Amino acid sequence: MAYEVNGKSFESDEEGYLIDIGSWNEELADLIAKDEEIDMTDEHWEVVNFLREYYNEYQIAPAVRVLVKAVKKKLGADKGSNKYLYELFPYGPAKQACKIAGLPKPTGCV
Amino acid sequence: MAETEIEFDTAGITKKFMYVNRKAPYGTIYALEVLEAVLISAAFEQHACIVFIDDGVYQIKKGQNTDAVNMKNFSKTYGIIAMEKEDADEDEDMDMVWRIIVEKESMEARGLTADDFVIDVEVIASTELAAIMAEQEIVISG
Repeated sequence: MAYEVNGKSFESDEEGYLIDIGSWNEELADLIAKDEEIDMTDEHWEVVNFLREYYNEYQIAPAVRVLVKAVKKKLGADKGSNKYLYELFPYGPAKQACKIAGLPKPTGCV
Repeated sequence: MAETEIEFDTAGITKKFMYVNRKAPYGTIYALEVLEAVLISAAFEQHACIVFIDDGVYQIKKGQNTDAVNMKNFSKTYGIIAMEKEDADEDEDMDMVWRIIVEKESMEARGLTADDFVIDVEVIASTELAAIMAEQEIVISG
């Protein structure tokens, strides 16, 4: 599989996760989000950018429990809940948001 | 939008786990597998002693460069353990005790000090470590 953005091709695995993390850009994120039926808002970007920062620091994507806790710490208590994250990413916050962020599929599977 | 809050029920049995890391970080899969297991035990809010013995002390040594062995440098991932420990220590509602321990003899035999590690550790002599090990309910070594 591959994504096409501005005539450039970005290879992904069979589930749509980007192969080369380094090739990620925001237009590509928008396209992946469209495939996931998500309209990217500032709130979505907050989570996606957080995931990229987290991955950059720790070299793995966070488990969903860690994501909830970390979002609470960083973005405030009202956003640090499963409900909030599932509203943004209905098919699983870690799974969908990681895909949009261009990260590998998290092991925690939601 | 879903009206019901999705809850993850993590309340349940809590046991004392010890993870004994004894091997160098690369060349075998042991270090990475144990690290994964430690992160899973965090998800279930279990007690954990993460111990580094023998060449295992190299797993958390600063300044790793894995370009030549073509493996991901996962030494940064140990930062999550440090963060989990911090959370466990700070959060009064959370019944989770974590310790990160380096065996003194192994560290000194390799000319290392506590400052050489990517995370803060307790340096403990092997005799004392044996006593801590005896208190555990589950010991997993790799």
